[in-house]
Amino acid sequence: MERPLTQHIKKDGSVLTLEEYEKVGGYSALKKALKSTPDEIMEMVKNSSLRGRGGAGFPTGMKWSFVPRGANTVTPKYLVANGDEMEPGTFKDRLLVEGNPHQLIEGMIISSYAIQATIGYVFLRWAYHVAAERVEHALREAYNAGYLGKNILGSGYDLEMHLHTSVGRYMCGEETALLNALEGKRANPRNKPPFPQVSGLFGKPTIVNNVETLCNIPHIIANGVDWYKQISKSPGGGGTKLYGASGRVKTPGIWELPLGTSLREILEVHAGGMQDGYKFRGALPGGASTDFLTEDHLDVAMDFEEVPKAGSRLGTGTVIVMDDKTCPVGMCLALEKFFAQESCGFCTPCREGLPWTAKILLALEEGEGKMEDIDHLTYQTHYMAPGNTFCALAPGAMEPLQSALKYYREDFEKHIKEHRCTYR
Amino acid sequence: MAEEKIISEEAYREIEEMFHHVPKKSATCIEALKVVQKYHRWVSDERLKELAKFLEMTPHELDSIATFYNMIFRRPVGRHTIHVCNSVSCWIMGYEAISGYLKKKLAIDYGQTTPDDRFTLLPIPCLGACDHAPTMIIDEDLYRDLTVEKIDGILENYK
Repeated sequence: MERPLTQHIKKDGSVLTLEEYEKVGGYSALKKALKSTPDEIMEMVKNSSLRGRGGAGFPTGMKWSFVPRGANTVTPKYLVANGDEMEPGTFKDRLLVEGNPHQLIEGMIISSYAIQATIGYVFLRWAYHVAAERVEHALREAYNAGYLGKNILGSGYDLEMHLHTSVGRYMCGEETALLNALEGKRANPRNKPPFPQVSGLFGKPTIVNNVETLCNIPHIIANGVDWYKQISKSPGGGGTKLYGASGRVKTPGIWELPLGTSLREILEVHAGGMQDGYKFRGALPGGASTDFLTEDHLDVAMDFEEVPKAGSRLGTGTVIVMDDKTCPVGMCLALEKFFAQESCGFCTPCREGLPWTAKILLALEEGEGKMEDIDHLTYQTHYMAPGNTFCALAPGAMEPLQSALKYYREDFEKHIKEHRCTYR
Repeated sequence: MAEEKIISEEAYREIEEMFHHVPKKSATCIEALKVVQKYHRWVSDERLKELAKFLEMTPHELDSIATFYNMIFRRPVGRHTIHVCNSVSCWIMGYEAISGYLKKKLAIDYGQTTPDDRFTLLPIPCLGACDHAPTMIIDEDLYRDLTVEKIDGILENYK
């Protein structure tokens, strides 16, 4: 089984140096790419059927194609690597950045070349101090080796690249909010259109791609579209996916597997099954803002088509497991408290609806719930449904709640009838 | 008498170096606030006003940004800040025992600083190490797979 993104990441947690990266073929994809035209690179990425790994799954090549190109376009253009990774339960980009920062940088240079961007940013979450140090160091190495700066490898193409470490807000993961943060503003989302591809950072054409997405690019260029498609199990998208598991499983962790690997294989083979004394009750398949899946869904292929058919989303592909001794109401409270705190406060349904939701759930946990609270919670899931709020934060926050109300309704009712949390 | 600067010269030099790759000075304000914190631990009203002038912003503009982000401190913090993850994976794995022990041991609640100015205790959503929950971060050091028994030993590293 091929693991292009993680095959060279060392088990001891130390970083792959530039020399080591070059020895295993690093930057050869860049050399190849610079001999092609930007349009050829874009065409290859389009044909590879790579889809964004940040959560939304938008086709990467198509996203790039909306950037104005040609001689008379606005400059400078920007490319930003989104390494904010603040989706609770998600820890995949950390591995890629800490383990092999040059893979990310190479992917960013090739991607920048494809859209003819001349400035790149790595946007990293504040908590990733080790990753930040390693990216800083790797950027210096790349400049010294001629992979960054003026006239890269004699091609005539110029690119500068900087690191920005965030100061902590979940909103920064949303691409337009991230751009506001990079401009030194509050990370409120922006209206779309105009889309960042046309008017992004400082009003210039900008592409924001997730770290894992960008790490795929050198491998697509080096090994070709056919290879990329055949390492996936999914008919709808190419490549591998970094899947993870947290919660009461025997061996929580992160694994690079073919896109479309089943939830059962991830949890039972790679995560080692449930810890002794605990039973599987459900899971959020792709981070905090995805709907619960239950035992009935264990055989779902974890890809962009099959997870929605089971009523959830692939999201970030990092699974949060709920065991039989964990209270679903308490879990929803932990989730909604997070979303309420991290709401940017810009639009009313989210700013008011999320704290209200968290308050009702707290009342249930404290034994003060009433039967009509279930109707109120259901109402919130409609009130903050997609289309009713400015961005995807609140609709995402409603996904675990709406599915918990469906699958674990008896737990909500029991909390109310017995005036207590029945798990304590 | 020349006006006395309350943000250190080193901090100003670091901030100035960032101006070259942005179209306007205010775009560096988040990085600049971090630099002020590096030298002065937190951002007081006086420093905020002084920095705003340097970045060609109004103090209110800068404050709207400083108060938006989790990691900019607008109130004094101790020599070391402890951030305990309170997000969903750490909740499942029992972070409440960790935060409960820390509160009891340090005799402070979230948002408070010990009287000897040694520790400030804060909750934080998700540190991105969910496969090793529960977790906390002290200054820039991540601690994973926490148990109550490990905490005393960890705190000893911070004086």
